[in-house]
Amino acid sequence: MTTTLEKAPTFDTAKKLGLTEPEFERIKEILGRTPNFTELSIFSVMWSEHCSYKNSIKLLKTLPRKGGRMLVEAGEENAGLMDIGNGLAVCFKIESHNHPSAIEPYQGAATGVGGINRDIFTMGARPIAQLNSLRFGNIDLAKTKWLVKGVVKGIGDYGNAFGVPIVAGEVYFEDCYNENPLVNAMSVGILKIGEMASATSKGVGNPVYIVGSATGKDGIHGATFASEDITEASSEKIPAVQVGDPFQEKLLLEATLEVIKTGAVVGIQDMGAAGITCSTTEMSARGKHGMKIDLNKVPTRQAGMKPFEILLSESQERMLIVVEKGREKEVQQIFDKWDLNCEQIGEVTNTERVQFFMDGELVADVPADDLVLGGGAPQYDREVKEPAYYKEAQKFTIDQIQEPTNLKEVAMHLALHVNIASKRWVYEQYDSMVGTINKTTNHPSDAGVVNLKGTNKALALSVDCNSRYVFSDPEVGAAIAVSEAARNIVCSGGEPIGITNCLNFGNPYNPEVYWQFVGAIKGMGNACRKFNTPVTGGNVSFYNQTAKAGVAEPVYPTPTIGMVGIIEDKNHQMTLNFKEKFDLIFLIGQARNDIASSQYLSSYHKTKLSPAPYFDLEEESQVQQAVLSLIKKGLISSAHDVSDGGLFITLLESAMPGNLGFSISTDAEIRKDAFLFGESQSRIVVSISEEKLDQFLDALTEFDVEFTNLGEVTDGEIFIDDESFGKVSEFKKGYDGALEEKLK
Amino acid sequence: MKFGVVIFPGSNCDQDMIYVLQTIMKQKVEVLWHKDRDLKNCDMIVLPGGFSYGDYLRSGAIARFSPIMESVIAFAAKGGYVFGVCNGFQILCEANLVPGALLANIPKKFIGKNVYVKSQSSSAIISSSINKTQVLKIPIAHGEGRFYTDSDTLKSLYDNDQILFKYCDEKGNINAASNPNGALDNIAGVCNKQKNVFGMMPHPERASDSELFNTDGKLIFESLLNSVVV
Repeated sequence: MTTTLEKAPTFDTAKKLGLTEPEFERIKEILGRTPNFTELSIFSVMWSEHCSYKNSIKLLKTLPRKGGRMLVEAGEENAGLMDIGNGLAVCFKIESHNHPSAIEPYQGAATGVGGINRDIFTMGARPIAQLNSLRFGNIDLAKTKWLVKGVVKGIGDYGNAFGVPIVAGEVYFEDCYNENPLVNAMSVGILKIGEMASATSKGVGNPVYIVGSATGKDGIHGATFASEDITEASSEKIPAVQVGDPFQEKLLLEATLEVIKTGAVVGIQDMGAAGITCSTTEMSARGKHGMKIDLNKVPTRQAGMKPFEILLSESQERMLIVVEKGREKEVQQIFDKWDLNCEQIGEVTNTERVQFFMDGELVADVPADDLVLGGGAPQYDREVKEPAYYKEAQKFTIDQIQEPTNLKEVAMHLALHVNIASKRWVYEQYDSMVGTINKTTNHPSDAGVVNLKGTNKALALSVDCNSRYVFSDPEVGAAIAVSEAARNIVCSGGEPIGITNCLNFGNPYNPEVYWQFVGAIKGMGNACRKFNTPVTGGNVSFYNQTAKAGVAEPVYPTPTIGMVGIIEDKNHQMTLNFKEKFDLIFLIGQARNDIASSQYLSSYHKTKLSPAPYFDLEEESQVQQAVLSLIKKGLISSAHDVSDGGLFITLLESAMPGNLGFSISTDAEIRKDAFLFGESQSRIVVSISEEKLDQFLDALTEFDVEFTNLGEVTDGEIFIDDESFGKVSEFKKGYDGALEEKLK
Repeated sequence: MKFGVVIFPGSNCDQDMIYVLQTIMKQKVEVLWHKDRDLKNCDMIVLPGGFSYGDYLRSGAIARFSPIMESVIAFAAKGGYVFGVCNGFQILCEANLVPGALLANIPKKFIGKNVYVKSQSSSAIISSSINKTQVLKIPIAHGEGRFYTDSDTLKSLYDNDQILFKYCDEKGNINAASNPNGALDNIAGVCNKQKNVFGMMPHPERASDSELFNTDGKLIFESLLNSVVV
């Protein structure tokens, strides 16, 4: 092979690219020689944590990854695919864009939205709904305000122009995210079963096309950047951040779906992390073929780009397509119609190697399978160590906290806390109604509910993770994250069918971080098995930690769960708001003397170490089944789960939409602050009209659940044990405006 | 009635509009492509919402120069009906088919939410058969929707009964508090002097499907259909 671009790199170069010494040795072994710089760059990105999942894949394989309604196994394609009946499949995935957003919030978040949507439409599915899960640091910091505004505007500008509604999401603020915010974006699409496009390559001689935007120097080494800690020097990594163009993405969406319909596409994959490198090698490895690629044919934004720059560029809005030979014209015409680049850059070979040429010279020659996850990419076991804080946290008991005398003040503190207060400042900057399928705009539910036009079904969608719980106890906390997502879907009348996950953790080489990861995977797996919701795919984001003055501070372990459910009869969509004065309010599930890991304990008492809140998986499952059954029988008027802020906040949120109130009694056996503000799990507040009481009680006897009549709906005032807590409207004013006020 | 819905690159409410016209209002719909010039004998041309050509310049500034718009401008000049929603309204302003301009919202943010409007014009077919005291809940979704014009033009809009809708609150009060984007006099939609070209920022097609629990927007389509004899 003739390559004279650079002299043979040494381990020093490999180290700078993020490779370890054994990895460098292994590359030499695979190639039978020392790699040149271009090849080393290819290995470094493909074997980066971001692309290879080298420190997570072994554990991910312990999760339930097939069965149920799944049409492709986790990891086989760009996103998960599940049968939803009517000849349709739902295609969904969640992904992080944390590191880019940490240093360039607007573009970082925008391109996160672009990337996740491409994962959906590259499979031939039309995205119909988006969700996101955002975590920022202390809201009082100027930097946090800058990040929040940039991230929200980035998501809005990209998603609004792309034209897919944002139907649900979550936003949290905790100090641990001060330097390293989390931006997790989920997209959900629909396709007709049998019309899926695969991310594969085969058929010797088939032409390989690059379509969409031209390739520029943005995003080079983005995958590597995502695989290291954030430091004070991270702002120098700005060139690793990509730049988004939602208009191109919209055109690419329409052209891609049109071209897939022709049947001329053998395989297609979007270009995200590691750009041309990743798409060419992953598709080749999947199809057990090779490719010859001429880098001179790649449309570039500027002259003189080096081979490694073209190969590693993460310029957005591009796809790699393998076309059936002889049908090039059909494909070309569609991209012409949409005024998009469509250039043949190579062809499929039988070598199982990907060979890149430039100026007639072979610049890189690498075996496809050795580069990819599931092939030759490394897989590691990592060391675990229980962190000291964990034992400390378990020592907490409620008796260490004196009950406040003024609980009304606590209620107001919580209603106005940015983790609980309305997120309307955020979601009103998003288009939530384009596509005319959002059923929760006018009928609010715990989950986002989207209409499947022309069928009797709707989908229920939710993203959830309370990372404070996961920090307190990774195994329990992750099981709660899955349970809460399922509970939200059940409360909106849906049956959960599957999840996608976005696992945001610190540095996996830190044994204490890895201990959190191991625990979270275990808890998540248990809960997913219980709810029969397999993991269809997702994303692992390690290195979410800030190295400051030599001390690494990982974020709270944050395994965000994106869950999909089906509402078989769309008339059974359940809403969260109280409907009529005098309706009876019931709590399904058991109240407990527990304030552990609650927002109340954390922000009112400023106690950060405590166990996860009370949780029992079996009890959770019973509560959910009972409520779903009540909904299907048409016996309840509203359902809203108890989560952040506890029972009081749940009641308040049910009361506010209709300007109603509530009058309830507490339980003498339980401390009043725990009853009102504790976050023990597996509780759902429902309201019923009085004439349905007998049927309601009858129906509940079928289930092994505790339930209590808390009181009744009032016309606007709040009474706790006959003591007035004021008017719902007073709380609503603060609740609606608190976040905007903080961001000023 | 036969509607022609124009698709520009970057349009993203085209399918929503087609769904409402075809499936809910039971009308004939032709899809018109921005590169073509043939209006396919449609009775009314609809310019849907979205971000035509990316709207990286002023919204609608590029779309007005597209081949299809040459035909739409000629069609309107001959008295043909044209209806623009959101980005469609922006394009109509840029093409001078309706008076005024749509500036960046105050506050300077994208706003996507349900708002309330009341019908104003008694002589424009798009609003004339809607009771003027009725409050309609119709969503907006735009970053540049603040209607603005000079005072002479504003006066002529009133004099000629060209104001179609004004923003109000749930109870029907038209005031600063119920103005979502800083629009002049709470104006949400206007028509041309001849009353054959209509533009509005709120999206009636997003409030027309009973499966989404709000059909106030249907009144606007019904008003159009009731008044046009084809």
